[in-house]
Amino acid sequence: MTIELLIGAIKAIVIVVLVLGLTTMMLWFERKGSALIQDRIGANRADIFGIGKRLGLPNFGFINTVLADPIKMFTKEDFVPDGADRALHALAPFLALFPVIITFAVAPMGDILRVGRYNIDLQPANLNVAALYVLATIGIGVYGIALGGWASNNRWAMLGAIRASAQMISYEIAMGLAIIAVVVTYGTLDLQAMCRIQGGVWFGWLPRWGILLQPVSFVMLLIAGMAESKRVPFDLPEGESELVAGYFTEYSGGKQAVFMMTDFAEVLLVAVLITTFFFGGWQVPWLYRDGFHFPGGAHLLMPNLIVALLEFVAFWVKVVIFSCFQILIRWTLPRLRYDQLMRLGWKGLVPLGLINLVVTAFVVVVAGDK
Amino acid sequence: MTMPPLVFAFLAALAIIASLGVILQRNPVHCVLSFALALTDIGVLFMGLGAVTVGFLQIVVYVGAIMILFLFVIWLLNIQADALKPRGNLGIKFAGAIGAAALAAELFVTFSSYPRMREIRTMPPDFGSIASVARMLFSDYLVAFEVTSLLLLAAIVGAIALARTTTGAASPALPVTVGGDAPAGAPVDAASSSIASGSPAREHA
Repeated sequence: MTIELLIGAIKAIVIVVLVLGLTTMMLWFERKGSALIQDRIGANRADIFGIGKRLGLPNFGFINTVLADPIKMFTKEDFVPDGADRALHALAPFLALFPVIITFAVAPMGDILRVGRYNIDLQPANLNVAALYVLATIGIGVYGIALGGWASNNRWAMLGAIRASAQMISYEIAMGLAIIAVVVTYGTLDLQAMCRIQGGVWFGWLPRWGILLQPVSFVMLLIAGMAESKRVPFDLPEGESELVAGYFTEYSGGKQAVFMMTDFAEVLLVAVLITTFFFGGWQVPWLYRDGFHFPGGAHLLMPNLIVALLEFVAFWVKVVIFSCFQILIRWTLPRLRYDQLMRLGWKGLVPLGLINLVVTAFVVVVAGDK
Repeated sequence: MTMPPLVFAFLAALAIIASLGVILQRNPVHCVLSFALALTDIGVLFMGLGAVTVGFLQIVVYVGAIMILFLFVIWLLNIQADALKPRGNLGIKFAGAIGAAALAAELFVTFSSYPRMREIRTMPPDFGSIASVARMLFSDYLVAFEVTSLLLLAAIVGAIALARTTTGAASPALPVTVGGDAPAGAPVDAASSSIASGSPAREHA
C-alpha cells in the first residue's frame, strides 16, 4: 500500500516537473524562435558573473528565460488597481493555471513499466472517462480568465475577459465535437486504451495511428486548441493594439507570469491531446512490448525497461514537436478579426465537426463491432 | 467504490456553505462563483458515490457552460449590487416561508427514516460507467431522451428567431426583434448597446 502510494506520488511529481520545465522551454523556444523568424538575434545577454562569456560559450539566451526573467517577474511590485476586487484579482491567475495543470494527470506517458513485481502504469491517473475529464477541466479554465478581467475594474480588461470567455466557450464546442468523433472511432474514453489501440501496423508497415482515421478531427482539434490557448492568430482577448493587454492589463509581476505560464501550459496540453488522439501517444513505430519488429521481418528484442523508456521519450518528443509547431503558427499568421473568429468557429468548425461525427458514426456502425 | 465518511462530510459541508454564499452575498458575480463552486462540489459528490460519468457531465455542462452564461448575462445586463437590495414583498416572503417549511418537513421525514435507508441494494459492477448510462438512456428512457432533444432543438430555433434582426446584417443600435415583444431578446439588446456606448472605442470614434 505504501509502495503504491509512493509510486503514485512519484508519477505526480514527474508529470508536474516535466510540464513546468517544458513550459519554460517553450517560452525560450518562442523567444529565440521568433527572433530567428524575424531575423533578429533575440535574448543573448544575461550571464552569471560573466562565467559563460569567460569560458567562451555561445549565449543562447537560456539564462534570460530560465533565471533572469522569473526573478525579475516575481520580485516586481505586485500592483492591484483601485476599486479592484482584491481577493478575486489574486485568485484569478491560479484559477486559470490550476485546471490546465491538473489535466496532465491523464497524459499517457507510456505503457506498463515493470519494476520488480510492480507493474507501473505510466499514466499518472488511470481514469476510464479521461476524455470527459479533459473536457471538464478545459471548461473550468474559462473562469480564471473571465474573473481576471472582471476583478481588475478596468474597461479594457473587462472587454478582454468577455472576448476570451466568448471565444473559449465557442471553440470548446468544436473541440468537444472533435474529441467525440475520436471517442466514437476508438470506442473508449480512456486515453491509455486509445494509445494501445493505435499499436500495430496496417499493410505490414504503416503504423495504425489515429491521424489516418480521423484527419478532420485532427485539424479541428489543432485549430480549436490554439483558440483555447488564446494565442495568435486567436489572441483577440489580448489584442494589444486595441485592448492594451486584454484580460491581464492590470496584472504585473508574479501574477502576470502565472497567466503567461497558463498560455504555454495550454499549448503543451493541446500537443498532449493531439499526440494521444492522433499520433499514437507513446507508440513508437514497429515497437512492441518485447522490442522492435521491423517490416520485412527483422527483430530487435529489448528488455521492458528500455521499451518503457523509449515510449516515454517518444511521447514527450511528439509533444514537443507539436508545441513547437503551434509556436511556428503563432509567428506565421496574422490575427483574425472578431467576426472572422466567430464565423470560423460557428459556421466553419461546428458544422464540419457535426458532419465528421455523423460520417464517423455511420462508418463505425457499418464496419461493425471490431 | 465508496468515499470515506470524512470526505463526504467535508464535501457536504462545502456544498451547504457554497449554497449559502449564493443567496447571502451582495455582489452578483460572487454569487455566480459560489453557485459554480456548489455545482462542482455536487459533481465531485456524484463521483464519490460511483456515478463518475454523471459527475463529470455535471461539471462540463453546469460549471463549464451554464455558469459562464450566467456570468455573461450579469455582465451584459450590467447588474449592480445596489439593484439587488432585498425588497419587502410580503407575497415572496410568504411563499418562501411555505417552501422552507416543506423542505424542513421533507428533511425531517428523510432523517427519521434513516434506519430504513441502510437497505440499499448493492450496485452493479459497472454502475456509473459511461456504457451503463448510455445503455439506459438509449433503451429504457429512449422516448424521454428524444423528447428532451426535441425540446432543446425548439429552444435553439426559438433563440435564433428572437435574436435575428429584421434588417439582416446591418443591425441598428436597438434591433427590432422578430417575435414582437421578446422577453429574452429585449434586455440583452439594450444591455449590449449600453456596453457599446460605454466602451472607450466608441468614445474615441
